[in-house]
Amino acid sequence: MLLEVKEIHSYYEKSHILHGVSLGLKEGELVCLLGRNGVGKSTALKSVMGIVQPRKGSILFGGQELIGKEPYQISRMGIGFVPEDRRVFPSLTANENLLMGIRRGKNEAPSKQGWTIEKVYDAFPQLKQRKNSKGAHLSGGEQQMLTVARTLMGNPELMLVDEPTEGLAPTIVKDVLKMLSAIRESGVAILMVEQNFKASIKIADRFYIMSKGQIVFEGNGEALEAAEDVRKRYLEV
Amino acid sequence: MSDIPVFFLHGLVYAGLLFLISSGLTLVFGMMNVLNLAHAAFYMLGAYFSYSLLNATGNFWLSLIVCPLLLFFIGAAVERFLLRRVHVYGHVQELLITFGVAYIITESVKWIWGNYPLGVNLGGFLSGSVNLFGLFYPIYRLFMFFCAILISLIMATVLYKTRIGIIVRASVDDSEMVNTLGINVPLVFTGVFGFGAALSGFAGVIAGPLLTTYPGMAAEILVDAFVVIVIGGMGSLVGALVASLMIGELQSFGALLFPKLSLALMYMLMAAVLIIKPSGLFGEEQ
Ligand SMILES: Nc1ncnc2c1ncn2[C@@H]1O[C@H](COP(=O)(O)OP(=O)(O)O)[C@@H](O)[C@H]1O
Ligand SMILES: [Mg+2]
Repeated sequence: MLLEVKEIHSYYEKSHILHGVSLGLKEGELVCLLGRNGVGKSTALKSVMGIVQPRKGSILFGGQELIGKEPYQISRMGIGFVPEDRRVFPSLTANENLLMGIRRGKNEAPSKQGWTIEKVYDAFPQLKQRKNSKGAHLSGGEQQMLTVARTLMGNPELMLVDEPTEGLAPTIVKDVLKMLSAIRESGVAILMVEQNFKASIKIADRFYIMSKGQIVFEGNGEALEAAEDVRKRYLEV
Repeated sequence: MSDIPVFFLHGLVYAGLLFLISSGLTLVFGMMNVLNLAHAAFYMLGAYFSYSLLNATGNFWLSLIVCPLLLFFIGAAVERFLLRRVHVYGHVQELLITFGVAYIITESVKWIWGNYPLGVNLGGFLSGSVNLFGLFYPIYRLFMFFCAILISLIMATVLYKTRIGIIVRASVDDSEMVNTLGINVPLVFTGVFGFGAALSGFAGVIAGPLLTTYPGMAAEILVDAFVVIVIGGMGSLVGALVASLMIGELQSFGALLFPKLSLALMYMLMAAVLIIKPSGLFGEEQ
């Protein structure tokens, strides 16, 4: 297992959000975390990244405990984070945004893919055209590409991607999903949060469904297609 | 009236001083969301340290280097050992701890140097005057203005041309994201806080020989620096620069034309800017 989340409990101040969440990812896997709005999907990703510190449980990455570490330490171990709402740096140019993704530090994970700024621009020609534009002036789709590309610059082994298709036009949703499968093909494991499973069912190896801060389903695409009652209960509105 | 160019130059000099102080204040606010009430106390410490060092060595150039360096370490220690500990409790507590630091510094200054004004006499060529197109102007004020320009240029180069600069600007935008990209953001906070304190201390060193050094000097300039960062937009360096020039000139000409009203004029300007643009001239809309 590359990532093993075991029975974590996370809180915002006094509100108890995650009630013993467990999930896992193997090297190179693309796993999708589904569930309705507000069930705790983003909180689960933030707990792995160290933005929210779980009060109980354990999170192992390559066998090392993540709980108690700062986000920058977790990043240096080889985990990349693509937050919801994209969060490019609005006052930095697209090029500067990418430079921010370069990871330096003593315990840098060895990079397998070796992403450099030139390779990123080859893979995202659209970004190259807009390299001197401020982050704030990019379109939603461009911003999404930029956050993903910025994270790639750090050559992570695992990427946590929160609702990458939210608020994008259908044609751009396709582009983003294609880009994520290409990244997975290059050997990066991806844990992706999504609201609608139809977009992700073609690219994900496995699925988890969350409800009220707990995992209520785990299985592959076929199992999810077969489990109509589960989908009705936890996904459809 | 030959007063006008003189007061214009006075305004520029004061603007330079204000920018040295407000740039650190606005950067710290932009990054950490903390309004540092102790920021002007660092300025005052700069002036007092310089006073003592000048008495001991008579070397102003040494003072210009040593005092900001001391303030860097004091500022970094305040961030690392006080501010960081109360961070989890929220902004009000952070504000309170900076207030406490300002209070302790002010009382210590009274205790060590006394509760009365101290004058610094530099002597040498800095205390002379120079003929500027028929106008005799004190060299020292020009020197202050030159220092402010030099520091601003260095700061702009670092912020816009180096990796550290990109990291600082990104942290002003969104420090949580910077942290997830593998950058030791707590260390960046300590560094920027210390750097802001050093700049403020530097301003104190160069202000000492011109303005009097006394325990109320911090509170006095803090008001102006706050007005500058509010008008310029919290977190914006360009805003701090433009607003420093506005307030510098306003204070200078205010003192010439309406000596009793210059403080009121400053608040009126601030109110006018906030009515037109609530986030300040260069601030981002929240
Ligand atoms: N910063 C926060 N402070 C307090 N409560 C929060 C915060 N972020 C999210 N929550 C609450 O935690 C719950 C789970 O949120 P989240 O993990 O964002 O859900 P999801 O990503 O599944 O939509 C929600 O009830 C939300 O209101
Ligand atoms: Mg969410």
